[in-house]
Amino acid sequence: MSSIVMPLLVIFRLTLLDAFRRRILWVLVVLTVVVVGLSGLGFERLVSLARANGSSETVIQLGVSQMLIVVAFMFSFILAMTAAFIGAPAVSADIDSGVLLAILARPIGRSTFLVGRWLGLVLVAGTYALASGLLEIGAMKLASGYGPPDSLGAAGAIALQAIIVLTLTLLFSTRLPSIAGGAIAVVLFGMCWIAGVLGGLGIYLKADLMEQIAVVSRVLLPTDGIWRGAIFALEPQVVIAVASEGGRSSEQLAANPFYASAGLSLVYEAWVGAWFVIVLGLAVLSFRRREL
Amino acid sequence: MPDQSSSAPSAAAIETFELSKRYGRTTALAGLSMRVEPGEVFGFLGPNGAGKTTSVKLLLGLTAATSGSGTVLGAPIGDRETRRRIGYLPELFRYQSWLRAREVLRLHAELARLPAGRRGAEVDATLETVGLGDRANDPVGTFSKGMQQRLGLGAALLGSPELVFLDEPTSALDPLGRTEVRQIIRTARDRGVTVFLNSHLLSEVELVCDRVAVVNRGRVVASGTLDELLGEQAVVLRVSDLSAEARTSLDRFGTVATDPADPEQITIRPIDPTQIPDVVASVVLAGGRVHAVAEGRETLEERFLELLGAAPDPEGSAAAHRQIDGGQPR
Repeated sequence: MSSIVMPLLVIFRLTLLDAFRRRILWVLVVLTVVVVGLSGLGFERLVSLARANGSSETVIQLGVSQMLIVVAFMFSFILAMTAAFIGAPAVSADIDSGVLLAILARPIGRSTFLVGRWLGLVLVAGTYALASGLLEIGAMKLASGYGPPDSLGAAGAIALQAIIVLTLTLLFSTRLPSIAGGAIAVVLFGMCWIAGVLGGLGIYLKADLMEQIAVVSRVLLPTDGIWRGAIFALEPQVVIAVASEGGRSSEQLAANPFYASAGLSLVYEAWVGAWFVIVLGLAVLSFRRREL
Repeated sequence: MPDQSSSAPSAAAIETFELSKRYGRTTALAGLSMRVEPGEVFGFLGPNGAGKTTSVKLLLGLTAATSGSGTVLGAPIGDRETRRRIGYLPELFRYQSWLRAREVLRLHAELARLPAGRRGAEVDATLETVGLGDRANDPVGTFSKGMQQRLGLGAALLGSPELVFLDEPTSALDPLGRTEVRQIIRTARDRGVTVFLNSHLLSEVELVCDRVAVVNRGRVVASGTLDELLGEQAVVLRVSDLSAEARTSLDRFGTVATDPADPEQITIRPIDPTQIPDVVASVVLAGGRVHAVAEGRETLEERFLELLGAAPDPEGSAAAHRQIDGGQPR
């Protein structure tokens, strides 16, 4: 057992040390604080102006929650790109540079190395995503006085999206050069989001094919599915109540890419868990067969 | 002193049977069969692309063989636990540039699962051995190539392994560094470590190796001790004013042959090198004039080129004969 756990912990710690010693992580942290600060100021100005103009608190809450969802989407895209940026060179750069030759000549299995690296990257990317998501939500709450019903759930879902992209990029990293793997992961992330939007339109337009494409894309790469969960966690009850008013059908509501009428189902959450096992398993298989 | 209790004394350090490796349609190794004895410095020679690095990767389990089999330290090739007793300096030596030299060795000490209490002392001693004691806390990114190679050598020797693979260990070193590495290899051998030296630097192999295998196009084309590989020792003399009778009398030292194209040049083979001064004295006593004396055995370079089917460079070949006395080499 120690022949697996000990090397795994060594690689896990090495991955954390690598992240902390690189300036890029600290640059990201500083940029995040700046972005959160500026967006908080923006929220504060918008809410102050709305109140000065006599808008009702319900309208302000609706506006703030929709704005937060748009900001969260931008955040999730940045985090997905960051995750791809972190994950893409995680194996390929060490193969190309030759660093891995000396490490894998030691009594450590390739699967142990890969899982240790994945755990380290998940901790770095997940912590960064969760902390920056909560910081943004907290800044908005401070500026406007309104907070989403499930801050942790929303930030967690956004962090999970980043971890999904990271895991997919790690799989690519066992075979592809860093730039290619990262670029493909970001493109797939964007395509899945577009497929989700088209799927919503498909429901509204009763176009089965568009709807099915969204379902398939959410199974193959669950980032958009998880994003729907993040939206739901960010929506106060008043949004759902207002959205359902005025005789709007559920088909009409589905056409709005920044609205979700339900959270994640248990079945889908279970599938996301299985997705991690499958993709990580594929990464291990791919890495085991990779010539060094 | 490496712990060799786990392997039988008579067992080979490395033994392979028709080990082959193909990458798609390219054959990197066509059928490697060899045996490396425990405690010897084994030179693995070959031109670029002969399959030397592929062989090392196969023996370390870094890549899987297409066919064939073998054992390393008594265990099947690729056995993970056996790697605790093996050190490796890759040809493409690169270490985490953001780690300090001490941290790199510490990482390898942990991966090799050295006892926690021994790691610090092992790391310090190894840094001193490879001449990096005063740079222990500097980031590897600030190191020259030569220093990185020294660090790699340190990582390979860390924890007193029983077997060390050194793939072109002096490629980035200056002449002084090469001499130091040779001394490190000899010291390791004296401690009972088996050293598998992968190199295309013939002089390096000639100076430190007990036995040699020459590999070409993925196959071992010759192997043995240097004496076995280079054949009988001979002496080549350029003499004048030597009577036919005196010339014949030299056959007490070995078989005397005269170069038909140059009657002043005679070769005596085989000969014990300690008798060369006696040969010279005999020629002088018989009234002959000695213009040049050279050891006549093939150099490793000549033998290497011969095995590879390449024509030796006449000038290089002549210069390679080690001059013992004055005059021109033949």
